[in-house]
Amino acid sequence: RILTYYTVNLLKLNFNANPIGVDDVKNEKQKKKISRFYLDSQATTMIDPRVFDKMIPYMTYVYGNSHSRNHFFGWESENAVEEARENIIRLINGKNNKEIIFTSGATESNNLAIIGICTYYNNINKNKNHIITSQIEHKCILQSCRYLQTKGFEVTYLKPNQKGIIELEDIKKNIKPNTILASFIFVNNEIGVIQDIKNIGKMCKENQILFHTDASQAIGKVPIDVQEMNIDLMSISAHKIYGPKGIGALFIKRKKPNIRLNAMMHGGGQERGMRSGTLPTHLIVGLGEAIQLCSREMERDNKKLIFFFNYVKQYLSKNLDYIIFNGCQINRYHGNLNISFLFVEGESLLMSLNDIALSSGSACTSNTLEPSYVLRSIGVSEDIAHTSIRIGFNRFTTFFEVQKLCVDLVNSVKRLRSISPLYEMELEKNNSSSDTLQFVWT
Amino acid sequence: MAASSRAQVLDLYRAMLRESKRFSSYNYRTYAVRRIRDAFRENKNVKDPVEIQTLVNKAKRDLEVIRRQVAEQGTAARRKTGNSSWSLGKPCTHWP
Repeated sequence: RILTYYTVNLLKLNFNANPIGVDDVKNEKQKKKISRFYLDSQATTMIDPRVFDKMIPYMTYVYGNSHSRNHFFGWESENAVEEARENIIRLINGKNNKEIIFTSGATESNNLAIIGICTYYNNINKNKNHIITSQIEHKCILQSCRYLQTKGFEVTYLKPNQKGIIELEDIKKNIKPNTILASFIFVNNEIGVIQDIKNIGKMCKENQILFHTDASQAIGKVPIDVQEMNIDLMSISAHKIYGPKGIGALFIKRKKPNIRLNAMMHGGGQERGMRSGTLPTHLIVGLGEAIQLCSREMERDNKKLIFFFNYVKQYLSKNLDYIIFNGCQINRYHGNLNISFLFVEGESLLMSLNDIALSSGSACTSNTLEPSYVLRSIGVSEDIAHTSIRIGFNRFTTFFEVQKLCVDLVNSVKRLRSISPLYEMELEKNNSSSDTLQFVWT
Repeated sequence: MAASSRAQVLDLYRAMLRESKRFSSYNYRTYAVRRIRDAFRENKNVKDPVEIQTLVNKAKRDLEVIRRQVAEQGTAARRKTGNSSWSLGKPCTHWP
């Protein structure tokens, strides 16, 4: 009934429809009180109250060290940690709880997977020193690969096509006898594109190379089956799925022969010696609960996100010209929308939308003046890359926020274009024969 | 154990909605209200008494979660605005 309602309204292009249901902002006075809107969900998400409620006992009266094997306090914490492991394994169809190693986040998981795996296998066989990855990976993967290059490793950075998808033929051409590992991001954090992980995993298995994927934006949002997708290593982050910051996990498949890696944190031998350090029980419980909620709410959340995605696209296409939606529009996560508004500088647009939290790219690169390297990799020119913004919807986003975003975006873009000399020249160009691209702007 | 009656389920539904509307955060408030309505509507045709009781027990647990979180958010909001003895430099008398 809900889907039928969505379809009917989309067909009628009824932009005043609210098929999502409840939105308690009814009168103008209440609307004025709501001053801040968060639509940068790829940077982080708010913690779900159910997750926080589950964490509270482990921050107060359940304080045992989960590695204390001699008393009840330790056993209680250990049971909570094992329950969280079980939740993660169940979601991704893993086989054994021991396949999950808890870390401080996806960055540490990525570093551990890439540097730990490659240095271990290189120590055994010096000829094994090649890694395949892509140009649109998260910064932590690119920097890990760059670090390994300084240690003598060979890294191939594959260029995606214009839609942001890595071609299977390119991967196949670059697999060599000395390749140890292939690493490709599951859902890109900037453009939201989903890679063909299943076929990449199959190719890696056929060529006997390890396959790692950064699933921090994918877990709990798109279905993941590590057996079917032949994923050997997977990085997970809690704060992207309504969990606490400071906790993540690395999935390491148990297979024959065992996957081994060099630990980067040495100490008491926790987490099978792969990541020493006392486990933060409260954060792990938060991660486990967030994962469990995602497994229940994934379908419901995705229906809403698809509606918001289509609504924003249709509204902006109807009210603005010279806009480009970056990335493949079909194989994607619909909670991420990356748009280029030509003739408007992205940072200026963000400043003009001062009550809506958006991003002009990855949070990890937001303090640099460089345009997004992901957009540059998919063939977007530098001037257009500077005009891009990224919108992130989440479970808690309301239709009112989406409507306000659309209205404010259109007004801001029109206002900024009215004072943009480039837009003026483009309009004149349409009436004359001169070409704005002839002008070179430093 | 006797299954919950229609009146009890409706009382629980109203209590959950009432508590959810007390969330200070707009996003939590709207999500909770929407989620509760969706959940009760999805299960409105359940006939099995055992299943009804399981769902009612889960709803009661969720109501307690909402109450705790509403109270916690209220405390956090007061701390932020400075309307608490803690921020005014007075001795904190409510710590257990």
